[in-house]
Amino acid sequence: MTAIYLLFILMLSVFVGFELIRKVPATLHTPLMSGANAISGITVIGALALAGGEYGQWSTWLGAIAVFLATVNVVGGYLVTDRMLAMFKKK
Amino acid sequence: MLDSIIDTSLLINFVYVISATLFIFGLKLLSHPSTARKGNLLSALAMLIAIVVTLLDKQIISFELILVSILAGSAVGVYAAKKIEMTSMPELVSLFNGIGGLASLAVAWATIAGGVNLSTFVLFVSFLALLIGAITFSGSVVAWAKLSERMIGRPVVFKGQAIVNVLLIAAIVASATLLIQQPEVTTWHYLVIGLALLMGVMFVLPIGGADMPVVISLLNSYSGLAACAAGFALENNLLIVAGSLVGASGIILTNIMCKAMNRSLVSVLTSGFQPVVTSEMVIEGEVKPLSADDAFYVLEAAQSVLVIPGYGMAVAQAQHAMKELQGLLEDNGAEVAYAIHPVAGRMPGHMNVLLAEADVSYEQLFEMDEINSRIEGFDVAIVIGANDVVNPAAREMKGSPIYGMPVINADLAKNVFVLKRGMASGFAGVDNPLFFKPNCRMIFGDAKETLNNIIRQFSD
Repeated sequence: MTAIYLLFILMLSVFVGFELIRKVPATLHTPLMSGANAISGITVIGALALAGGEYGQWSTWLGAIAVFLATVNVVGGYLVTDRMLAMFKKK
Repeated sequence: MLDSIIDTSLLINFVYVISATLFIFGLKLLSHPSTARKGNLLSALAMLIAIVVTLLDKQIISFELILVSILAGSAVGVYAAKKIEMTSMPELVSLFNGIGGLASLAVAWATIAGGVNLSTFVLFVSFLALLIGAITFSGSVVAWAKLSERMIGRPVVFKGQAIVNVLLIAAIVASATLLIQQPEVTTWHYLVIGLALLMGVMFVLPIGGADMPVVISLLNSYSGLAACAAGFALENNLLIVAGSLVGASGIILTNIMCKAMNRSLVSVLTSGFQPVVTSEMVIEGEVKPLSADDAFYVLEAAQSVLVIPGYGMAVAQAQHAMKELQGLLEDNGAEVAYAIHPVAGRMPGHMNVLLAEADVSYEQLFEMDEINSRIEGFDVAIVIGANDVVNPAAREMKGSPIYGMPVINADLAKNVFVLKRGMASGFAGVDNPLFFKPNCRMIFGDAKETLNNIIRQFSD
């Protein structure tokens, strides 16, 4: 049953995603992609429990590596997107 | 004690709902340049509260390693975001795609390695996260190497490549079955990961430099889907929501890029395997060069000027010179507009960012369809480092490899100046009849120098 419930969430959020992203103008497509990089860093919240939990040494190390990598994405992604968006000016 | 455990997990999941809402609002605000920055901040806030609340998780018992990883990751992230040149954004996004894939791979691996009595469902989705994560990682590294010219940009193909790919897929399916049946055997972990990494390399190798916008968009989508699969493995709603938003975004961009080249995704991904099309069409007319001095006289008299940038503008770093010329033209009473083809540059929206960096207002940047409807009204169209995206063969030469691709109809403007290094053909390897049209003049040389020459004439 859990699988079905998760699939429901997936299906609905894919539709929300399509509707939202379709409205992003072409001029913002590069910031959209780097912003998406940052959002995909959401893996960090899954990695935290693995890095700080008791699942064995190998899992802890893999978890820590995942926290590191995902944080690079989150911090780097949001900062570079902000840097770009700050350059988009009106006349 | 039990009550407090239930409460924290309830609190965490409740905050995840708020976080998901903020992600959605953040993307919604990205629908206009004036609100986009706020949207990005909102999205960052969503991420921050999700991370903070996750740290309350009772399963987390030691924080040292987490703290070190977060600090190190933040340092690398800040460094990369501050140091990167805007011309190199495609490379950075490519690397970030790869890092996202690798993170999901590590999470899935840790889940398989640390789990006891995992259900077949969890094992299957963990395998998917491993697979997509690994393909995203190695594919992105190859894409990054091609973009940064650390390896040749043209398609890399060898004999029997298609057969190797089929065997590779079969091997992945076989090793996945073994992994799911015997998750405690670490050999299968390495086997699946190794094969998936190889798959990613094989997937990007046969794709050429001009098709990079499609590849980056697709890998962007994969990095989200990998996070999504990891979300299934961990039964984490927020991972699924955020991952699928990224996945959807990448798919839409991939689709836009393919449409802009009038090709299907399959034809882009297998382009390296297709025979090179040679057109035997004869283009009539002659190429007429023009000096920067003469270009100045035409521009001085022009009432409206259209600029069509391509990747060559980024290579020559000519955007700042162009902005300077734009100011002079506007002082002279001319209207200046920029027309941007969806696949100009190496990633979606690349030209827009470069022009924004040079201080060109986003209100002066127009999409192809908007400009094509009124292109006849422009006195001069200046093509800077673009070729295939202004090639009229797409419109008028049946049998040309790019026939049917939507292009900016630069040849319909009253005068066309093409700033170009030499007579080499574009990435598609197709001759451009635009250069032979009676209203077209070629200004050979480095685009930045040419523009600076014209600017000097204006100030004299």
